[in-house]
Amino acid sequence: MSDLAIDSGVSESVALRRRAKVLRGLQLRDAGFRLLTLAAALAVLLVLGGVIASLVIGSLPAFRAFGFGFLASDTWNPVTEKFGALAPVYGTLITAAIAMVIAVPIGLGIAIFLTELCPYVMRRPIGIAIELLAGIPSIIYGIWGLFVFAPFLQKHVQPGIISLFADVPILSTLFAGPPYGIGMLTAGIILAIMVLPFVTSISRDVFETVPPVLKEAAYGVGCTTWEVVRFVVIPYTRVGVIGGIMLGLGRALGETMAVTFVIGNAHRISASLFAPGTTISASIANEFTEAVGDLYTSALIALGLILFVITFIILAIARYMLMRLQMQEGA
Amino acid sequence: MSRYDRRRRGSAIYIGLCYASTLFGLGWLVLILASLFWEGFRGLSPAVFTQMTPPPGSAGGLLNAIVGSLILTFLGVAIGAPLGMLAGTYMAEYGRHTKLTFVVRFINDILLSAPSIVVGLFIYEVMVTRMGHFSGVAGAVALAVIVMPVVVRTTEDMLLLVPDPLREAASALGTPRAIVIGKVAYRAARAGLITGVLLAIARISGETAPLLFTALNNQFFSTNLNAPMASLPAVIFQFALSPYKDWQQLAWTGALLITFAVLALSIIARILGAQRTAK
Repeated sequence: MSDLAIDSGVSESVALRRRAKVLRGLQLRDAGFRLLTLAAALAVLLVLGGVIASLVIGSLPAFRAFGFGFLASDTWNPVTEKFGALAPVYGTLITAAIAMVIAVPIGLGIAIFLTELCPYVMRRPIGIAIELLAGIPSIIYGIWGLFVFAPFLQKHVQPGIISLFADVPILSTLFAGPPYGIGMLTAGIILAIMVLPFVTSISRDVFETVPPVLKEAAYGVGCTTWEVVRFVVIPYTRVGVIGGIMLGLGRALGETMAVTFVIGNAHRISASLFAPGTTISASIANEFTEAVGDLYTSALIALGLILFVITFIILAIARYMLMRLQMQEGA
Repeated sequence: MSRYDRRRRGSAIYIGLCYASTLFGLGWLVLILASLFWEGFRGLSPAVFTQMTPPPGSAGGLLNAIVGSLILTFLGVAIGAPLGMLAGTYMAEYGRHTKLTFVVRFINDILLSAPSIVVGLFIYEVMVTRMGHFSGVAGAVALAVIVMPVVVRTTEDMLLLVPDPLREAASALGTPRAIVIGKVAYRAARAGLITGVLLAIARISGETAPLLFTALNNQFFSTNLNAPMASLPAVIFQFALSPYKDWQQLAWTGALLITFAVLALSIIARILGAQRTAK
């Protein structure tokens, strides 16, 4: 733009014209950049639209062939080309449930420790260490679960549990059968470790938004640390904590590689948590490249669509809750 | 007095449980990393970096997988990061309070945690079936779809941290908006933007699910983007589930390499991010 300033030597009209040209150039560049960024923002929406459209189109043959029975049937037979989604959906829900039952109390415990109990110097290192758990790729959890964790459970934990509950009516069905090591419980525990950092870091963030005055007032009337957490911190941050839990649940439902390694990949529904099963994502990962025939492929894509719809709804609720919280803060 | 004692005891129990859960969480990290180092280091040798993945029963390395992973990650970031940065720029600079930004932010946050295997299915439908075969470029695009939301999110956050008086000062000099963004806002947020890209690299370098049916895998060395391409995660998946001992060993070594790379990246990103907030 230096040519705008040094124009004394040139005749006035030439200078004006050049000035107008430069300005127009800048204007065009500005408009162009604006359009470019707008297009990129729209591309985000386009990706979502593309994902939904391609899954719906891909799953049409399966839904046309099986109708809503696809959701209600638990047969999965590539030879006779009879497919039903019930077993993978069941496995997905059960493993995610196991993961949340373990991860939620422990994640909240860690968050409480980090915000209320931990000495200041240790807060950052411990927080980072927990978040590193989220950074480890899921395939690492898978290989570790397969070679280290599952054999350990098989040798040292499962036989004990099976014989312990053998005579208790309901527990004996839940923990029945030969100790394979791999199975739904193992997958659930591994998922719990993976989800833990998400629950922890979001709860920690929302716990930190509690105004110190509230806590001090509670301590002032003689509350114990636990009572402050139970009756001040958690009620104040309830929406955010639930949002964080839902976010973790979304992760647990869609996690693929770690589960694929340790679930056993059996298309059946068993009451025992030690039995091998399958999840939606594990079925797709295992069978997709080997699927022959359009109907088989389409059935797997239909599974993907079901998974996407479930996680989309859960993540949308989670984001909505967290967003509402942010707005409250801003207001 | 006894009521007070009971309350104190209750508190002590719950607080103890909080300590225990922290130990539990850290314990897993230590356990996983320890067994990874233990198993992975055994197989670490120069051959890992100089030889191809072997057929079962003979010696070999991971060269083709490492090179494939580097190419796929680089391309994924090269496609996804600029798109994400531009979208984040729109949200933070041009359309800060528009409806579109609100919607894009919501959708982007969902894409951020959407199951990655669904991304693989999407790219399979859009690219692999059209092209008729698996290819490296499809794998790279699948990774780009995962990179984009990460970068959108960090770019928007970081640009919003840049104080508005900086922009106003530049605008007051008559600087056009595009140049204000390029020369002032980007520069002020540079460390944060780099952090975002590093986090995205860390995120995709371990991604397996979207590669399984896009880039597939390749037993041989190949830099042809139009053909199936090997990648570390895909090789680990195949080798770890095989019954051969030497394949399993290579899988552990590959797992060690990936984890080391990912952890190093996320620690560097954290240090950069910390510098930014400390300023």
